[in-house]
Amino acid sequence: MPGKAFAVVVAIITLVIAYCVITHVWWMPVDISAHGPKIDRQIEETIFGAGILFIAGQLVLASFAFLYGDSKGARKMKAFPGGAKSLIVFACVVVGVEILVLSFVGSKAWASVYFTPPDPDSLRVDVQAGQFAFYFRYPGPDGKFGPLHPELINEGTQNYFGLDTDHDADSKDDIVTAGLAIPVNKPVLLTLHSKDMGHSFDVRELRIQQDFVPGIVIPIHFTALQTGKFEIVCTQLCGLGHYNMKAYLEVMTQADYDNWLKQQAAMQ
Amino acid sequence: MKAGYKVVALASAVLVVAFGLLYSERSVSAAPTVQITGSVKLDGAAPHQKPIDMAKEPSCAAVHKDKPITTEGVVAGANGGLANVVVYITQGLTGNEPVSTQSVEMNQKGCQYVPHVVAVDAGQHIKIVNSDQTSHNIYSQSTKNPAWNKSQPPGAAPLDVTWNNEEIAIPVKCNVHPWMHAYIVVVKGPYGVSDDSGSFKLDNVPPGTYTLTAWHETYGTQTQNVTVAAGKPAAVSFTFKAK
Repeated sequence: MPGKAFAVVVAIITLVIAYCVITHVWWMPVDISAHGPKIDRQIEETIFGAGILFIAGQLVLASFAFLYGDSKGARKMKAFPGGAKSLIVFACVVVGVEILVLSFVGSKAWASVYFTPPDPDSLRVDVQAGQFAFYFRYPGPDGKFGPLHPELINEGTQNYFGLDTDHDADSKDDIVTAGLAIPVNKPVLLTLHSKDMGHSFDVRELRIQQDFVPGIVIPIHFTALQTGKFEIVCTQLCGLGHYNMKAYLEVMTQADYDNWLKQQAAMQ
Repeated sequence: MKAGYKVVALASAVLVVAFGLLYSERSVSAAPTVQITGSVKLDGAAPHQKPIDMAKEPSCAAVHKDKPITTEGVVAGANGGLANVVVYITQGLTGNEPVSTQSVEMNQKGCQYVPHVVAVDAGQHIKIVNSDQTSHNIYSQSTKNPAWNKSQPPGAAPLDVTWNNEEIAIPVKCNVHPWMHAYIVVVKGPYGVSDDSGSFKLDNVPPGTYTLTAWHETYGTQTQNVTVAAGKPAAVSFTFKAK
């Protein structure tokens, strides 16, 4: 009896999970990026493949439990042909092939984001992560970012990047903001750098999640196809205030964006 | 045996009276302190203060929706007064002046430290309050006192802290809200902090000749000598040149 009950419970759990995944009960938020469909398709394909294996595995488990779970008395166990060694080799080959196939198929979606050069006319924004906030820097009319001087970072004067506007000509017109605003349908190139430790830049609607690595400037590019306000969150545990490390991405029409940038420039 | 008790009782009574007299003598001699009042002026225009974007913390952004706050590196009043200047005595004190038992309050309100500059006597208590709907952390970047970093969730009890060593000045910040910035100035003896009109006062200064120092976070320090006579409040004024 316990064997049959166990089999039924396993089967029910499997079918409920399968139902939730297939009908998208808890699914990803809407995708607003140009590259997102490729990623979403890749996720669907991976879940489809893994899902079939999952359902098959669970149902085999349930049927064995159903058939043999309640039998009494000593039973003869059959060994895998060739013994333990060939079983391990077999398992390694099967799992290895599965991982290689997933990586190979998935690399197309990944490469479409990382191995394509950014559009030369991209809007460039410098993103700085630090415990526990993001700050953004636009290059201003000259299109150039001034150099960073970490020793000049001063929260009291809102110099979060460590800019020397008295001496660096390129820094004079840099615009530092607390939120990220971008025009819709415009390619954007972000350069991510961290002030202190590992953080992550995650916008679910953009299908982008990229870690910050201290000492490395990491470029990431995308195009947003819908206007709206979305949350940018840190998804790499970075300390006490990690839960509140966030900023907002606002995708605007070109006119709204121009106005916004003008306002921000006036606030410097 | 009974006579022995009488002697002890009598001796104790004499001692109590003697100590009482001594103590009252002491407090009489410490009593005639005076007040030093004064004002701090800013000569020239205050530099531009940047508005602060609190979009990250909607509950605080809502508080300042109509009037965004700015950085507070230089806070100048309408009539040329300079606020947030700490005036304290650097020379002339005996070092035996009593430390005030009253605590000073520093509030975190609308994701801003109120007041922006807090002065305190070494050993005097500071009560740090969180009036916000969000969690703050208070990072005391002291170098002459032990540095510490404590978090304070909304509704948490006030933190009661003291600094035992003189330190001009301890930068205080909140890592969750990087725009939050304050100074705690730990002095020895009486002190005053200038308000928006630039006025300040130092209470309980014993008569004597002193060197007064005025400290400002952007403009640095200035000193001035002052002689305080018993029963006569003294007045001084400082002027900082805008850079």
